[in-house]
Amino acid sequence: MIPLSWYLILAALLFCIGLYGVLARKNAVAILMSIELMLNAVNINLVAFWRYFTPQTIGGHVFAVIVFVVAAAEVAIGLALIISIYRRRKTVAADEINLMKW
Amino acid sequence: MTAMQGVFLFAAGLILWAAFMMVTRQNLVHAAFYLILALFGVAILFVLLDAGFLAVIQVSVYIGAISIMMIFAVMLTRGDVIEEDPVNKNYGWALLLAALFAFGLIILIGQWPAVASLAGDFDSSRDLARELGVALFSPQGFVIPSEVASVLLLAALIGSLVVARRQKGK
Repeated sequence: MIPLSWYLILAALLFCIGLYGVLARKNAVAILMSIELMLNAVNINLVAFWRYFTPQTIGGHVFAVIVFVVAAAEVAIGLALIISIYRRRKTVAADEINLMKW
Repeated sequence: MTAMQGVFLFAAGLILWAAFMMVTRQNLVHAAFYLILALFGVAILFVLLDAGFLAVIQVSVYIGAISIMMIFAVMLTRGDVIEEDPVNKNYGWALLLAALFAFGLIILIGQWPAVASLAGDFDSSRDLARELGVALFSPQGFVIPSEVASVLLLAALIGSLVVARRQKGK
């Protein structure tokens, strides 16, 4: 049998890989992909807690579905912003989008 | 080592390897394909956790829709698909922060006594998709969160259309 800690440690590592990607990558599309990794780490935790602690209810599934919805909305808005920026600036490198940088 | 542990370790190795390759690839198209591999590993974990319906949603929504949208965005912004240097100049701090975060999280997980608990028995004849549908749309359940989520999706749909539309005269 698999103890709960395996899932938690895997999700922690996946979250941190995504965090590194968000902070270090230059390309805005790659940053969005890394955010997807972080959301998936959260989802692993939610479903694991559901299975180990409250499998008789369905609340854990509802949480995971809401995370799916938020991820889809976030990707749609994020990609629209990236395409709009690319049209104006001809670049999607995050460190060149510095108009409002102090 | 039981078969389930073997499957878990395989899926975990697949996810971590694919995620690492994703954040380090220079070619964005390769990164998108590694992202799909990592999402598929997460779907395997959902099956291991007896959440088969969520695994189906994971494959159809994440792999079928979100990853394809990523690949579309890569194609539409193809000015820099291959970057000479995929990381910015602060990547050392990012690496340090991510490593510290992972270290701290694993310490915290190790201090919690409940992490050694094993999963209880699961009645595999339950129809989880049906239960989820009833919970999402019954007033005793989660009808308000699900309506808010659908309004959020509609707002995202209209908002992304407005933002990405070509302005007149440009």
